[in-house]
Amino acid sequence: MITIVDYQMGNLRSVQKAIERVGGEAKISSDPVEISAADKLVLPGVGAFGDAMAEIRRRDLAQPIIDFVATGRPFLGICLGLQLLFETGLEHGEHEGLGILKGDVVRFEPPVLNSDSGQPAADSGQPAGPILKVPHMGWNTVTKRSSGPILDDIQDGSHFYFVHSYYVRPTDPDVVALTCDYGHEFCAMVRKGNLLATQFHPEKSQADGLKLLAGFNGLSTDAEVSA
Amino acid sequence: MLAARVIPCLDVFEGRVVKGTNFVNLRDAGDPVEIARRYEAEGADELVFLDITASHEERDIILDVVRRTAEQVFMPLTVGGGVRTVDDVRALLSAGCDKVSINSAACTDPDFVRRAADRFGSQCIVVNIDPKRVIKDGKEVWEVHINGGRKPTGLMAVEWAQEIERLGAGEIVLTSMDCDGTCDGYDIPITSAVSEAVSIPVVASGGAGGPQHLVDAILKGKADAALAASIFHFGQYTIAETKQAMRDAGIAVRL
Repeated sequence: MITIVDYQMGNLRSVQKAIERVGGEAKISSDPVEISAADKLVLPGVGAFGDAMAEIRRRDLAQPIIDFVATGRPFLGICLGLQLLFETGLEHGEHEGLGILKGDVVRFEPPVLNSDSGQPAADSGQPAGPILKVPHMGWNTVTKRSSGPILDDIQDGSHFYFVHSYYVRPTDPDVVALTCDYGHEFCAMVRKGNLLATQFHPEKSQADGLKLLAGFNGLSTDAEVSA
Repeated sequence: MLAARVIPCLDVFEGRVVKGTNFVNLRDAGDPVEIARRYEAEGADELVFLDITASHEERDIILDVVRRTAEQVFMPLTVGGGVRTVDDVRALLSAGCDKVSINSAACTDPDFVRRAADRFGSQCIVVNIDPKRVIKDGKEVWEVHINGGRKPTGLMAVEWAQEIERLGAGEIVLTSMDCDGTCDGYDIPITSAVSEAVSIPVVASGGAGGPQHLVDAILKGKADAALAASIFHFGQYTIAETKQAMRDAGIAVRL
């Protein structure tokens, strides 16, 4: 049984339906006791970093989530649920995150220049390339930075659905599992043992997204993923 | 590289998909959930349901369509039409859609866009802008219309797009009232003017009659995505062959 953390930020039902589609069982909960006792935990989320942390704290869920990850049981963060794992979010001011991973969360500052255009950047004194829009919204390709269970099912160049204006900057490069390029390279997925988190939405990424969720659903609840 | 999106739009009237020409002459085109599944299989990047049901009392029908669709398709789903309050937004998001599209209410109550974006995040707040070319003081202007193109607002498309970006919208769907339903192509000058004036994604809409029109929307109109209805509904072109034509024209697409 997978437990999806409900803190009133985002589309929990889509995540639940996608897990059910790949043969898993999922329940939605905002109960600290249930979250501590979960076999596997999913932290989804859309919206603003500060609001999300306030909602998590109001429900006394921060410590149960931190403790759950410390047990080594399988955890999946999605979108804002990835960003909240870090120490600091710089969205509308500076906010303290869960601090499970070292690093911060910063905005794509427009103009974001398209590095694929082959045109010089603005500071070179040459005309700028096409300006990329923020939010980064749509299907983008990922590049693998590590291997192991779940990642081995993802092909380099697979498309996943992203919608975000902020991205994570992990201090430890070893936790970066996938990267994506939007003006510059950024971290699209982290993995540290059984802690997995994606900037993209696997539940909205059709077949490749469902494959990732099936891999998560298939993880053993006691064995650590070998790094 | 970020792919240009191809987005089929389903006009939904009392729970059935219909498509009109210049916002009249409805023709029945099928069951929304069934069509959504077909489009997902063909490689649609997102899906839009535009609820054109006239009566606000019949809102529950679209919520049911959204629920059933979200159980079966795993791609982003946007719903628009009759979205007027924060409660409307909440009901649609909790039924399973990912973005809501605000049209008339953005013009009559711009602060609603700000309230919705503050509450649910910019990423799920789309604003529809429906410009029409009109002559004012002997000069052509692109005036925003509401109520399905019937009512002028006095707002100019480019300035209005910048204003709704400031209010916190995360995306614009730009539907040319002159081109919608004609299958003669998107309004490229308006699309590129709006897309270059804002830093949020712009979806070209209204007028697609074939793959080349979507190519033009991206390359000439500088749009981030192209929305189309009739060309897909009646089987003239598949989404896959449209995307192949876009790739052949040098556009990054997800195939």
